[in-house]
Amino acid sequence: METIISIKPLLAVLVSLLVIPVLVSSSDKPNVRESWTFIAGIIKFLIVLSMLPAVLQGKQIVLTLFKIAPGADIAFRVDALGMLFALVASSLYIITSMYSIGYMRGLKEHGQTRFACFFALAISATIGAAFSANLLTLYLFYEVLSLATYPLVAHHQDAKSKRAGRRYLIFILGTSIGLVLPAMLYCYHATGTLEFASGGIFTGQLSKPAATVLLLMFVFGFAKSGLMPFHSWLPAAMVAPTPVSALLHAVAVVKVGVFSIIRVITGIFGVHFLLSFNLGALVAGIASVTIIISSCIALTQDEFKRRLAYSTIGQLSYIVLGVALLTPKGMTGGMLHIAMHAFGKITLFFCAGAIFVATGKKYISQMVGIGKRMPVTMMAFLIGSMSIIGLPPTGGFISKWYLVLGTLEGDQMILLFVLLSSSLLNAAYFMPVFYKAFFCTEEESMFEDKIEEAPMMCVIPLVITALISFALFFVPQPFLNLAQLAVKGILGG
Amino acid sequence: MDNYPVLIVVTPLLAALFAGLAAWIEERLSYPIALIGLAISTFSAFKVLMRVIASGTIQYRMAGWAPPIGIEYRIDLLNAMVLMLVSSVAFLNLIASYKSVEQETNDRAASFYTVYLLFVVGLLGVTATGDLFNLYVLIEITSLTSYAMVALGDRDRAPLASLNYIFIGVIGASFYLLGVGYLYMQTGSLNMADVSRILQSHQGSSIVLTAFILCMIGLWIKMAFFPLHVWLPNAYSYSPVAFSRVVAPLMTKVMIYIMIRLMITVFGYDYIFKTLHLSSAVVWLATIAILAGAIMALAQKNLKKMLTYIIICEIGYMVGGAWMGNQLGMTGAILHILNDALMTFAMFLAVGNIVYKIKDVDLSNLTGLFGKMPWTMAGLVLAAFSIIGVPPTCGFFSKWYLILAAFEKGAYQFAAALIISSLICAVLFFRVFEICFFNTDSKDHEHGNGHPQIKIEEAPVSMLIISGLVSLSLIVVGLFSGTIVNTIILPFLK
Repeated sequence: METIISIKPLLAVLVSLLVIPVLVSSSDKPNVRESWTFIAGIIKFLIVLSMLPAVLQGKQIVLTLFKIAPGADIAFRVDALGMLFALVASSLYIITSMYSIGYMRGLKEHGQTRFACFFALAISATIGAAFSANLLTLYLFYEVLSLATYPLVAHHQDAKSKRAGRRYLIFILGTSIGLVLPAMLYCYHATGTLEFASGGIFTGQLSKPAATVLLLMFVFGFAKSGLMPFHSWLPAAMVAPTPVSALLHAVAVVKVGVFSIIRVITGIFGVHFLLSFNLGALVAGIASVTIIISSCIALTQDEFKRRLAYSTIGQLSYIVLGVALLTPKGMTGGMLHIAMHAFGKITLFFCAGAIFVATGKKYISQMVGIGKRMPVTMMAFLIGSMSIIGLPPTGGFISKWYLVLGTLEGDQMILLFVLLSSSLLNAAYFMPVFYKAFFCTEEESMFEDKIEEAPMMCVIPLVITALISFALFFVPQPFLNLAQLAVKGILGG
Repeated sequence: MDNYPVLIVVTPLLAALFAGLAAWIEERLSYPIALIGLAISTFSAFKVLMRVIASGTIQYRMAGWAPPIGIEYRIDLLNAMVLMLVSSVAFLNLIASYKSVEQETNDRAASFYTVYLLFVVGLLGVTATGDLFNLYVLIEITSLTSYAMVALGDRDRAPLASLNYIFIGVIGASFYLLGVGYLYMQTGSLNMADVSRILQSHQGSSIVLTAFILCMIGLWIKMAFFPLHVWLPNAYSYSPVAFSRVVAPLMTKVMIYIMIRLMITVFGYDYIFKTLHLSSAVVWLATIAILAGAIMALAQKNLKKMLTYIIICEIGYMVGGAWMGNQLGMTGAILHILNDALMTFAMFLAVGNIVYKIKDVDLSNLTGLFGKMPWTMAGLVLAAFSIIGVPPTCGFFSKWYLILAAFEKGAYQFAAALIISSLICAVLFFRVFEICFFNTDSKDHEHGNGHPQIKIEEAPVSMLIISGLVSLSLIVVGLFSGTIVNTIILPFLK
């Protein structure tokens, strides 16, 4: 594998870190502050984008920053999977920054500078995690992300957000210190390295029971992925302002969780190792249970954002399930779903936030007839939910297609059944929202027949992400190529 | 050969003398004198550290007398590092202390600076010396001065805390002195290198065993190793904050240094881990110390008091690491001397700033502090993350070595205790953050309302800068911990 040494991955991480002092110093000039956020976001995206051609040619971009111990440096390595994730996160960051302006100003939220600073820190950590060359670096950025998100979750500083913040910490920090840290150190103790390698780092040091315990410690320890029973922080975290729920709890934070699990499965244990002990099935089983249960819970939720949160829990497990299939198509589908779900789900969260800004409504039962008042938002909602369900012509269809092929490839009929029934459940909890929004009688409608959308800064972003979801059905190339390239690298091309 | 090694110790000593004398003429002269003394000391320590890294151990004979008769300063990588640490912490703290001494012990400022310097002289001397009896004398100088400093604090509670400290401190010193006496009985020498050489042929001697155990117990009392810790929490939390800031990071860590020095240089690895079989027992004691310290910290309602129990917990880390009997453990213990000193210092600097503004740091008084003192709180948050062990702060990396050492030895209970204590520390500090962050009248409110603009009322700039610098150094030291291990600790252990 050809490698290029370059400072670009570091720059991509640093950009939004370095902009924080500027944000603080311009805290009394909101327009200046927001411009800086944009500039940093765009530079970050361009840096990430500038690495894309090299990665697509099958090269890797590496940079070692600090030598800590043999086999465990603080180092970056940009490969196809990391690129895929970084591309999604950094592009959506720009759109979310725009949305934040509309949302936070629309609601006259307090502490907007603090909010912008921690948001920038969180996105820095996300990109860092995407580009990590080894488990130590990944753990570092994982922890930074956990801590940077806490003030965002607890933004309202009231009793409810205090409870949510506490639950967030217990689940996220508790599992990463309590489970991942010892598991990581045990790996280092056993093998003397933490470097992600395409065949894994273990060469016969582990018995099956030990490997099982270690794998479970990682899978549950990365609780950001929302696998049951470590999922309940996510619905609680919905007290955060909607831009946080949208970017962090549908894209960045939760996907760092599944991304870490993918890295551990593919880079630490290795596909062949897991196949030889048949441990992929174990993870796939946990993911399947999570998919079905969370979809059922989502059906019962009336609060819009909580329904979306349970939907996210289920969709994250699709990704884990796909990778745990350990077949080429399944893994491609899982990785692709990182991108497809991101664009779809962020649209839905934007819609929820836009409705809240425009009408103050949080509950689905209060949204009967809202389609007449906010038609653009609700059309975007339709596209987003189609993508999550996996209907053509949206991007979600492509990733589900690969996932289904993956189950056939692995001859896993039960998992195929899980995927298909979950899609039905997804439809069951999204379609009524849309249906009630447009198709209701005059008496049922809770809104006047007058178009009154949220501020432009809220509407434009959700239109953009909806259009991207739509376009990804026709042009899935950058993401699909990256996913296929990543799988080829892992399974040894 | 130049005199940097002795300058490290002698300049603060002379400064103490002149600071005391100058106060007779003009009270305000003593502060600059103290500052200059410690600045020269820190500079010399830096010079010595660089030289030791470049060209190996330095031996300096006091007044030209040859050991074993004369007193010898023997500076290798380990104590060069500790000297650098002690002198720079003392120097930085002195800068931050100007305002807080003015506020807390204004009428006795000159005596504060004099005694402060003597205390630092004691710590530096203890670290530099290569003579066992000289070590005892200097431990007593440090201890006596710290009894006095503690007594300068809280007018109601400090005298009793100080008295308690004196009683237990004297017992600890006596144990150590007795141990040295036994060693002298067996070897007829007090020079560390000399004693070590003679001990080679007395491995089975019960006198040596007695000496070893007495020395260790003496040091464990002095370093507050659970359950010999009872003197520490009150003494450290009722003393003036300018003194807590320097004694909390340095005193116990220097005692750990002496323990490691005795283990490696005087008694030797082979004697401790091959002849005696105490390793597992002490690691168990350390495990208990870690858990006990963490749990007792949970019960505290005062921020300063809570931190003193965390020190007790951290002592367990270092004792356990040093007694693990493998290179990883010793590496972790030595690295943690540096890291723990820095993070405790950062923590107490932040607490000092808070004390300067709100006097009483009971947890219930801390509401709204993120709004009121954002810079101080940023420093406190970084220090807290280091104590919890969040990368890339330095606390994570010493934990890394300690846990790996425990895995290598199979001491899984110790690894578990480290993890559990990290979790408890997370609870401890996020409890503080919650109090500082959330509104007291915790009613749900409408968006955009109910957030009164809190006015920023920060501590003086001199205190803020030091606190900020030290907190940032936690990240820098953490990122360069690989370099520190490779240039200082591993060459020392070889």
